[in-house]
Amino acid sequence: MIAIGERINGQFEDVKKAIAAKDKKVIQDLAQKQTEAGARYLDVNVGTAAADQQAAMQWLVTTIQETCKTPLCLDSQKPAVIKAGLEVADTSMGIMLNSSPLDKKSDPEVLDTYIGMAKENNGVLITLTMDKDGVPQNIEKRVEIAAMIVGKAMELDFAVDKLYIDPIVLPVNVPGAQTQPGFILEAIRQIKILSDPAPMTTVGLSNMSQGTTERSLINRIFLCMALSAGLDSAIVDVFDDQLMNVVATTEMLLNKQIYSDSFLKAYRALQTG
Amino acid sequence: MPVPDTGDRWSGKVNEVTLGATKEHGGTRGTTITVGGAQVMPFAGEREKRGRRPVIAADVLDAVPGEYPSTLVEAYKDVLEDPGAWAVKAVNECKADLICIKLDGTHPDKGDRSPGEAVKVVQAVKEAVDVPLIIWGSESDAKDNAVMPKVSEVVKGENALLGVITKDNYKTLTAVALADGHNVIALAPIDINIAKQVNILASDMSFPLGRIVMFQTTGALGYGLEYVYSIHERERLAALGGDKMMAMPTIADVGSEAWRAKEAKTPDAEAPDWGPQDERGPMWEAITAVSLLQTGADIIRMRHPGAMAVVRDYIDRLYA
Repeated sequence: MIAIGERINGQFEDVKKAIAAKDKKVIQDLAQKQTEAGARYLDVNVGTAAADQQAAMQWLVTTIQETCKTPLCLDSQKPAVIKAGLEVADTSMGIMLNSSPLDKKSDPEVLDTYIGMAKENNGVLITLTMDKDGVPQNIEKRVEIAAMIVGKAMELDFAVDKLYIDPIVLPVNVPGAQTQPGFILEAIRQIKILSDPAPMTTVGLSNMSQGTTERSLINRIFLCMALSAGLDSAIVDVFDDQLMNVVATTEMLLNKQIYSDSFLKAYRALQTG
Repeated sequence: MPVPDTGDRWSGKVNEVTLGATKEHGGTRGTTITVGGAQVMPFAGEREKRGRRPVIAADVLDAVPGEYPSTLVEAYKDVLEDPGAWAVKAVNECKADLICIKLDGTHPDKGDRSPGEAVKVVQAVKEAVDVPLIIWGSESDAKDNAVMPKVSEVVKGENALLGVITKDNYKTLTAVALADGHNVIALAPIDINIAKQVNILASDMSFPLGRIVMFQTTGALGYGLEYVYSIHERERLAALGGDKMMAMPTIADVGSEAWRAKEAKTPDAEAPDWGPQDERGPMWEAITAVSLLQTGADIIRMRHPGAMAVVRDYIDRLYA
């Protein structure tokens, strides 16, 4: 599984403070530690607090890349913020853009914009199964939007296996949302057979347990289920050792990693290079 | 809409391992040999992604067993008692890419020769030829731990390939190879899981993964070749899939295994209907070797000059 480290996000208090105080060390430590814990990409999200999001994105990107070579996952719903990040980013190790819906009422061409930026930087792109009408609540609509995203990528000559489709995980404790985890698993299965080569899939895992008790347990179990359904990647808390062990074990049981007595250690070595 | 490219794409690559060291690099070898580097399944992709050409290592034994097949005795009759001359013949006449000194005679049940005697054999071969060297113990754990540190010292700086480390006996040889700058052969008994574990254990001792060659015990044609074939395939698939703990090149011991087969070793008098041993023996060895080349084996240990000629010709044609 391609783990995307979630911690450099302005919604976390320490990151929010670091952005405000321009405290590089906090950010550089998070980058280094997430890399050591197995993150293949580092999500970079300025959050909502920063007054100038573009400047904050540029500061975060520059700060991280001063000391860390792990590819970044630039995370914003605003194309201008992504663009600002790309202007200063070293993309030679790879770059991920996060994320675009199929379309928006306010910006019908948003997906074209994101695909254009991903192509220009030889990067990969997270897209959401979401359109101008919002987040779908069933399997069919999720897969239908995914198919339209795949069609759009092909039309724009963007490699389908550089698309990471996110079927959108919702908190399980929201009234009526308990059917959603099952729907998401089925949507992942169907998205993986939309084309050959198949699009990649990803989820923002921690959303699932937002506001619940037993957050880590819920995250771990759902991740195991989603990997079994064909999930390729997830935005996760890589500091959760047990979560990473769940990934290693699931991949081993799915015969994606060869068993050895030290398979947990071998998996970490594989992830961290 | 363009037709999508559905060709196989692999994220991983078999490690390249260089054996031997010339004068500039602190050794005395005339050449070095690099194996590995494949980025595709064997012969199943673009030529430039196939990696390095496979190589043939000729076996030189420290002591020839009493029941050695007569066809092999005939082929090396003038040099069987002289490892140095044996190595020269293997290099000059059989065109072996490298020499594998097999220290079978040190095994407690096969002569129990001393570490000092092993040292003399290795010294003689080292001085007689300037190709890269493989030195392979007797696979008696206790004896190897006494012999291998001594012979490793003799070829210190030569960037040799030493064997074998196993799951239960890896510390001594790994430490010695690390200290003397050699590469190691990691053995697993036709077991992909143990193969990975041995590599992890060596790596835990800070031994570089890029200096390991994997050995799944070999089975000859008719004696388990198909198991070896599929495990070599799985190893290659794992390497190409990006498993760094399985990205090592591989070695196969074809010579001794093929000549253990009754079809190869039975004399003409005992099997008059099987055709002459001088043909069927080398053929058995050559067929085993070419089969394993198709799995992507990088180094093939061989014995009979005729078999080596056939296999060399085969490699030449595949890599023309």
